[in-house]
Amino acid sequence: MDLEEFALGDSCIHNLDPRAKIVSVFVFSTVVALNPWVPTAAAALVFPIILILAARISVRRVLARLAVVNTFILFLWFFLPFTFPGEVIYSLGPLEIHREGLLYALLITLKSNSIVLMVIALLGTSPVFNLVHALSHMGFPDKLVHIFFFCFRYVHVIHEEYHRLAKAMKMRGFRPRTDIHTYRTYAYLVGMILIRSFDRSQRILAAMKCRGFRGRFYILHHYKMKKYDYLVAISSVVISAALLVAK
Amino acid sequence: MIHLRNVRFRYNSRYVLNGLDLRVSPGDRIGLVGPNGSGKTTLCQIIMGLLMPESGDVEIFGKARVEERDFHDIRGRIGFLFQDADDQLFCPTVLEDVAFGPLNMGKTPAEAKRIVSATLASLNLTGFEERITYQLSGGEKRLVSLATVLAMEPDILILDEPTSGLDEATTERIVHILNKSDLTFILISHDREFLERTTNKTLKIKDGIIYEP
Repeated sequence: MDLEEFALGDSCIHNLDPRAKIVSVFVFSTVVALNPWVPTAAAALVFPIILILAARISVRRVLARLAVVNTFILFLWFFLPFTFPGEVIYSLGPLEIHREGLLYALLITLKSNSIVLMVIALLGTSPVFNLVHALSHMGFPDKLVHIFFFCFRYVHVIHEEYHRLAKAMKMRGFRPRTDIHTYRTYAYLVGMILIRSFDRSQRILAAMKCRGFRGRFYILHHYKMKKYDYLVAISSVVISAALLVAK
Repeated sequence: MIHLRNVRFRYNSRYVLNGLDLRVSPGDRIGLVGPNGSGKTTLCQIIMGLLMPESGDVEIFGKARVEERDFHDIRGRIGFLFQDADDQLFCPTVLEDVAFGPLNMGKTPAEAKRIVSATLASLNLTGFEERITYQLSGGEKRLVSLATVLAMEPDILILDEPTSGLDEATTERIVHILNKSDLTFILISHDREFLERTTNKTLKIKDGIIYEP
């Protein structure tokens, strides 16, 4: 589990101000998600692909990420063409393939891929903490920003805790089967992780209080938007707007 | 500096502290010993105001401390090192984590950065600023945790098992750091040799009260 596998690098995309990235991704994703036409959805793919190439990140690993997303989308291709009402273009015995269903599945595929690519290209290329800082600079509610930040910081610790417990179970001869014993053991495992996480959160809060925390985070680094950052943010908005008006 | 009188504290129906008295004076370097579950950590958390005693008086720096608010100003003056460094280090980078306390105390970012460099230098951790906290080794985590506490320039240090799980070299560094400083401290530990080398007074908790053996 590595949320920051693309974060290290020194390209024109990596060095963008995170605020410009967040605005670009937000506007682009909204426009793409609302767009009902297949040709514009296909055209929308071009922009994130250009950004991915400009970021010079491993295309192979980007494809591996996309494969995960598309496994879920694959299920839509099993159902939508047969169930979505519309013109029948092919019959497989009792099953009929509908034109509109095919187009709809295609539309969803194109949209999801371009949004995911955009997120990888822009958000994936910033360390999560920079994004957190950017969010608080942009005036997002403190509580939301803190939840996002602590989730990220402690996901590793909780994941390690899970591995320790799972290993200890294995060492005592546990092998998952389809029986009550297995379900109960997993329930204990999940319960134990929840309780430990809760205890840990209490200790972290205590440790923070000991260092004078009273509900406010102070920021050490400050960002400055440069001309280049404005340029990228504005061009993504323009490109998104062009997608919106093009039919 | 710290004066507890007749403090009682219980978990459910079991009293871990039962009429305990404690006095810490400037220059004290106290080793606090006692069996597991005897209330050593509980006592330290009461001093920090993380737990409130059921009865008894807590007087710190000459003032009675009763509610959460009374403890705000002492948190900058008493540094508490937690047993588990993962609880203490929560920022992504060492720089941000060590700066967290000074920023809370109202220092400007520039002052905070200066304090961070000075503190890291005093612990021989120069160059650690941009390291990622959760990728540090166990010993490094402990030393950085100590840095986060020392950066607040406290008058008193409380260290909860600072050497548990550490190798000899890192333990040696902690002994050296403690002996070099002129801070008043309370040290919880089961390591007799370590206590002999760092403290000038031993207190023992048993059955909820403190003995001076």
